Amino acid sequence: MFRFIVRRLLQMVVAFFGTTLIVYALMFAGQGDPIQALAGERPVTAAQRAYLTEKYHLDATGVGGFFYRYFDYISNLLRGDLGESLTGRSIGEILAAAWPVTIKLALIAIAVAVVFGVTAGVLAGIRRASIFDNATLLLTLLVLGIPTIVLAPLAQYFLGVKWQLFPATSGADPDFYALLLPGIVLGSLSLATALRLTRTSVAENLRADYVRTARSKGLPRRRVVSVHVLRNSLIPVITFLGVELGNLMSGAIITEGVFNIPGVGFNLFRGIRTEDGPLVVGIVSVLVVVYLVSNLVVDVLYAVLDPRIRYE
Amino acid sequence: MSDFETVAASEDQAARRGPSGEPGTPNRVGQPRKPRSLAGDAWRDLRRKPIFWISLVLVLVVTGMAVAPGLFTGNDPTDCVLSRQHAAPSGGALFGYDFQGCDTYARAVYGARASLLVGALSALLTGVIALVVGMLSGYFGGWVDAVLSRVIDIVLGIPLLLAAIVLLKRVSTDSATVRLGSVIFVLAVLGWTTAARVVRSSVITAREQDYVAAARMLGAGNGRIMWRHILPNALAPAIVVLTIALGSFIAAEATLSFLGIGLREPTISWGIDINNGRVHMRESATPLVVPSTFLALTVLAFIMLGDAIRDAFDPKLR
Repeated sequence: MFRFIVRRLLQMVVAFFGTTLIVYALMFAGQGDPIQALAGERPVTAAQRAYLTEKYHLDATGVGGFFYRYFDYISNLLRGDLGESLTGRSIGEILAAAWPVTIKLALIAIAVAVVFGVTAGVLAGIRRASIFDNATLLLTLLVLGIPTIVLAPLAQYFLGVKWQLFPATSGADPDFYALLLPGIVLGSLSLATALRLTRTSVAENLRADYVRTARSKGLPRRRVVSVHVLRNSLIPVITFLGVELGNLMSGAIITEGVFNIPGVGFNLFRGIRTEDGPLVVGIVSVLVVVYLVSNLVVDVLYAVLDPRIRYE
Repeated sequence: MSDFETVAASEDQAARRGPSGEPGTPNRVGQPRKPRSLAGDAWRDLRRKPIFWISLVLVLVVTGMAVAPGLFTGNDPTDCVLSRQHAAPSGGALFGYDFQGCDTYARAVYGARASLLVGALSALLTGVIALVVGMLSGYFGGWVDAVLSRVIDIVLGIPLLLAAIVLLKRVSTDSATVRLGSVIFVLAVLGWTTAARVVRSSVITAREQDYVAAARMLGAGNGRIMWRHILPNALAPAIVVLTIALGSFIAAEATLSFLGIGLREPTISWGIDINNGRVHMRESATPLVVPSTFLALTVLAFIMLGDAIRDAFDPKLR
């Protein structure tokens, strides 16, 4: 187990450097004059230029210079210093303000997925090929197939504007009620996948030998399903939900944009629209770390949960 | 597998012969009945599924719209007159006019071309990358597999939408062809990993089969074994994954255009129209609802089609 975690950590380090390098290269390599980009339309004096060149090590050119600046950025990142956006605000501060909102939204989405998705998935898995099963399959297919850019504006229009069941947009400091509709929209995708995963693995495990053994020992059906089947069936679902939590922290650009929620995705999108390179790189690097760590936690959980999985 | 099929086929034959036949007579040697293949079984399964037919018809209709939009509407989608802003349906404009006074329905019909083009070409490119990477990684194993698998891990570790935004932000031109090409390229470069894993695992399974060992003993080289013996096994699962991917590429294109970094005017794209319709949804909702419906149905059709085919080919679900 210990060796597995160490190996997994090493893998994570490689993936971390790979992804940050790609993101960094894409944002900064081959750009025009970075100092002029920083200053915008205003003229730059020679003294300012010299100061910025010195500060950001812009005098080192070529591939070596690129890596020099990249490691500069990585070491700052590891120290928790994300730098400043082009508007002069500290990126750490922007994220600190945005994060609670995004986490709230992601938790609502995951709660929706767990409560409705897993429950319905277990029921559908037990009663395979019933009307309920086929209906949920069709419904999840619909949800999976409808892109967020369709779902979010339509939900906003019908539930928010036309029938006014929910607030159509949320303001600067959204409460639970304002986040509920976006949370449901965001969670519907995870709900559908969680439902299908649960259904498939419950249906598969019900046919497993150890379940037949449990049944022939005379255990009540309720115990067989809730202990023997569920414990094994939820493994892929937990993996998925863990990865999904990591995804939701970053994948909410559209939902946060449509419903005007001041979270991380919203800030990221604004950074991209205003060509704010440092803001984008800062947020994306943090999101990559979140994604990698959530993957690691999920893998370790996986090994703890399933006694059949032994990594050596 | 083959034993199983032969048994199933002969049972089928016995059943079909009915009471008048002579059960127990061996098959006539001159003209042996061909045992049903996996594909034949899958086809029998598919034929009875309404979802398969519905999605197939939808796919054909959308393809028709992309090839010959003039068959579906007589109006010109670029004929926009501001005096018709949000006007009611009239003269062939089934769903009225949008904020700019363009025919909402005509724009939705003409939007199919960009979507399908992006979806099909990125799926094709994805398929090529996935087949090459998955084949090399699965066939050679060892360090090649280790390196390529890490590459797949890393690319999987990049959220598709974020990376597509970062990449497309670098494309500053307004030329429609270049933008179309870069959207296709970006989606393929970021989207090949799942398909590559599928190919890799089916290659690993196929590599261990007896017929591959037989081919090697007969002196076949790596290239020939990969091309003639392993590729056909990896192709079917890859095609299923790619059909579903085609649907999600269409959705991704619309999302990027919605954000303003994918396709741009004057290219007609559902994503652009949804974004425009969203802004003015309080005045009139049809310019939002119509392209949304078109997009959702198209994406759904491809995903349902891929799903139905996959179910039919998965013997475990029978």
